[in-house]
Amino acid sequence: MKSLVKATSAPTVPRQAAPAYAARPTGRRRAAELLQRQGVLVVLLLVVLVSSFVFPSFASLDNARGVTVQASFLSIVALGMTLVIITGGIDLSVGSVFALGGVLAAWASQWGVLPALLVPLAVCGAIGAVNGLLVARAGMAPFIVTLASLLGARGLLLALTHEGATTYLVPRGSAFAELGGGSLGGFGYPVFIALALFAGGGLVLQRTSFGQTLFAVGGSSDAATLMGLPVARTKVLVYVLSGLLAGLAGALNAARLSSGVTIIGVGMELDAIAAVVIGGTLLVGGAGSVSGTLWGVLLLAVIQNLINQIGSLNSSYQSVVSGGFLILVVVAQRYLSTARRST
Amino acid sequence: MAPSEAVEAASVPAGTAEPPGAPAVLEAVRVSKRFPGVVALDEVSFALRAGEIHALVGENGAGKSTLIKLLTGVHRPDGGELRLGDAPVSFHRPYEAQQAGISTIYQEVNLVPLMSVARNIFLGREPKNRFGLIDFPRMHREAAELLTGFGVRADPRRPLHTLGVGTQQMVALARAVSVRARVVVMDEPTSSLEPREVETLFRVIGELHGRGIAIVYVSHRLDELYRICDRVTVLRDGWHVHTGELRELDRMRLVSMMLGREIAEVRRHGTTGFGDGHQAERRPVLTATGLTSGQVLRDVGLELHPGEVLGLGGLLGSGRSETAKAVAGALALDGGEISVGGRPLRRLTPAAAIRAGISLLPEDRKAEGIVPGLSVRENIVLAALPRLSRAGIVSRGRQDRIVDVFMKRLRIKASSPEQKVGELSGGNQQKVLLARWLCLEPKVLLLDEPTRGIDVGAKAEVQALIDDLAQEGLAVLLISSDIEELIEGSDRILVLRGGAVAGELTGDRVEESELLAVLADETADETADATVGATKGSAAPEEPAAPKEDRR
Repeated sequence: MKSLVKATSAPTVPRQAAPAYAARPTGRRRAAELLQRQGVLVVLLLVVLVSSFVFPSFASLDNARGVTVQASFLSIVALGMTLVIITGGIDLSVGSVFALGGVLAAWASQWGVLPALLVPLAVCGAIGAVNGLLVARAGMAPFIVTLASLLGARGLLLALTHEGATTYLVPRGSAFAELGGGSLGGFGYPVFIALALFAGGGLVLQRTSFGQTLFAVGGSSDAATLMGLPVARTKVLVYVLSGLLAGLAGALNAARLSSGVTIIGVGMELDAIAAVVIGGTLLVGGAGSVSGTLWGVLLLAVIQNLINQIGSLNSSYQSVVSGGFLILVVVAQRYLSTARRST
Repeated sequence: MAPSEAVEAASVPAGTAEPPGAPAVLEAVRVSKRFPGVVALDEVSFALRAGEIHALVGENGAGKSTLIKLLTGVHRPDGGELRLGDAPVSFHRPYEAQQAGISTIYQEVNLVPLMSVARNIFLGREPKNRFGLIDFPRMHREAAELLTGFGVRADPRRPLHTLGVGTQQMVALARAVSVRARVVVMDEPTSSLEPREVETLFRVIGELHGRGIAIVYVSHRLDELYRICDRVTVLRDGWHVHTGELRELDRMRLVSMMLGREIAEVRRHGTTGFGDGHQAERRPVLTATGLTSGQVLRDVGLELHPGEVLGLGGLLGSGRSETAKAVAGALALDGGEISVGGRPLRRLTPAAAIRAGISLLPEDRKAEGIVPGLSVRENIVLAALPRLSRAGIVSRGRQDRIVDVFMKRLRIKASSPEQKVGELSGGNQQKVLLARWLCLEPKVLLLDEPTRGIDVGAKAEVQALIDDLAQEGLAVLLISSDIEELIEGSDRILVLRGGAVAGELTGDRVEESELLAVLADETADETADATVGATKGSAAPEEPAAPKEDRR
């Protein structure tokens, strides 16, 4: 006690004694941070700008309508993937869940628009919940768990359609068909739905405790636990969200195609992961943004569109170019993170 | 540590609650915790009174960390109960302990490196605006205000990992304090702080104390304990040893309680496997000077002669293992030089050290040495493979010969050289590791806790072996928390404190009372002749020395 008085009454430390820590971020680190966060947007704008000059048909409004509605489905799936990856997880099941959602929606659409949305959401959300519980409560590796549900959901889908022999059609002229096929100002409804979801996703991620917890869980799961954050609950929720979004995207896609197509969505999880990573989200978790993912999806869509424009190029080259971009981004991320640490 | 017959302090019967005093805010009553193969806590009682600063001390494996984890909801006790105020409580998660007003600062900073300072401070309880969204301007403002009180002027928007470790520790403290805590647990909060930051920390602790917050303070730095703590609880090997007023306990006695040795009964027992002293050569085989690494090592120097066993003494956290690692090239250094046989090592890497003839037997043999799935033979020749092979092909005949020699020589008890090492006892595993390094024909052998966790018989055998190796001209550096082993085994003892050399014991002074005196004493430089090979220790004599029990 006596000694304590000594400790408190001897203010040996002036309050402004930490100039070393007061330094503002250096220019280089700021540039690195900006590039990581908004680099894709710059690339996207450059690609769009250059292509508009080179290919007159690219710059048309019609083409923009086509590209955006195409991209809207992948973007919704990638939104869920972004959340999962920020927590340090991965969801490989989204492609299968996407297809399953479409088939379920087409099947349920005979009873109206509400069942057509709720049935796929319920089933796909349940798949996500199983993923999440196995990852968070049973402590299994996300890769394995979601690989299993990738196979499981695809199997369920084949059983529902009798090995693809039965195709469920969305009634023509129904409200559900309108949801996928209708448009506002030439842009399909799915585009606006995707934009609304991204706005909501961004708000949740950046401005709510839940969003902050996602970053904390991905940044350091142990620290998050010791800080008393609900780590397990957050992980479960994030896989549920991913399942819900993949199912919704599938349902919207089915509405647009007017039928539940069984063979779609194969490899879609990889496109989604690519878009997320290109968008600057760290694959190890702890950092990322939904806006980056949006730009990533658009970049992939624009590249595909460009290759179609060229015409003489086989569309398979799209994967080559996307792959090249992915490597570029990962290398850049690595370089940027070392640059940030060294300054 | 040998089953110790050391004193239980008479003032408090072990395992019972507190003598009457201020009411306890947080109490552990006869709590036990078992992990596979170990009893980490055995019916330990601990009571934290309202408004006190309570020191929790003990050596490695004493159970401090486990007790803290029970108090903070990381683990749950297997037996006994926790009481908060008058009522029994049971925390299932750290969150529940925090809700109950128990805040913790862990030894290693437990924050999220990629997130900003402000977000780290307010994670889970962010200030919200009227739409239920996080109010960042307010959060940054409050974080900045909070940090200013801690002498930190970093921009709260900066990612945490861009700050120094000390500042990160301050952020952790700010987080812990800014929740409405009734109890703050600090697990070695100063281990990564610079002196200036320690002063700031103490000022903050003083403020918390003024607000009536009870503090559990874990540290190995005795001067810190005596400066700020009211009472002390000593744990050893999972047992409760003592609880009482700190000022009634002199340093010497505190240290002897932590180590489990009674000052009065210090006599040579001859229970260890060590023989008499060795004939050391004059010219050192290894010279290390000015080893410095952050706050961990400060200008440590040592000399090792062929044929001698140099003991490294010191409490936990004094830099013993770090010194050994530095010599073996396994610790990044800010400065220092190491030469073997008069030739300085140009690059301090493990590979360079091994080439120069330095072998380190690490403290944690499970994590850093043994490959349990491989056979005895494979484990022994692992490090020597490059030497045994020609054009990448390893001669099985040469392997078998070497393995045979070492298994006989070290008396490794295995059914055959092909038995998996994971099936052997701890002592035999240790011998296998020793054999691995010995077949590299080292000149210098660094042994970090070579007998920890092995049974008594095997312990004596390993000790005898160390003796033999020194007789044969090997230079041995011995680190041991077992003070008897250190005394009996060493020809000379270099005592470390706070990462610096605090003194050296030679000849007749290699004795327990002398060692305890240096360990406990803050002004040890005058009493122990810090001469040969020892560089200046930098303990500042700021408080009167504890009474020395000199009886010779």
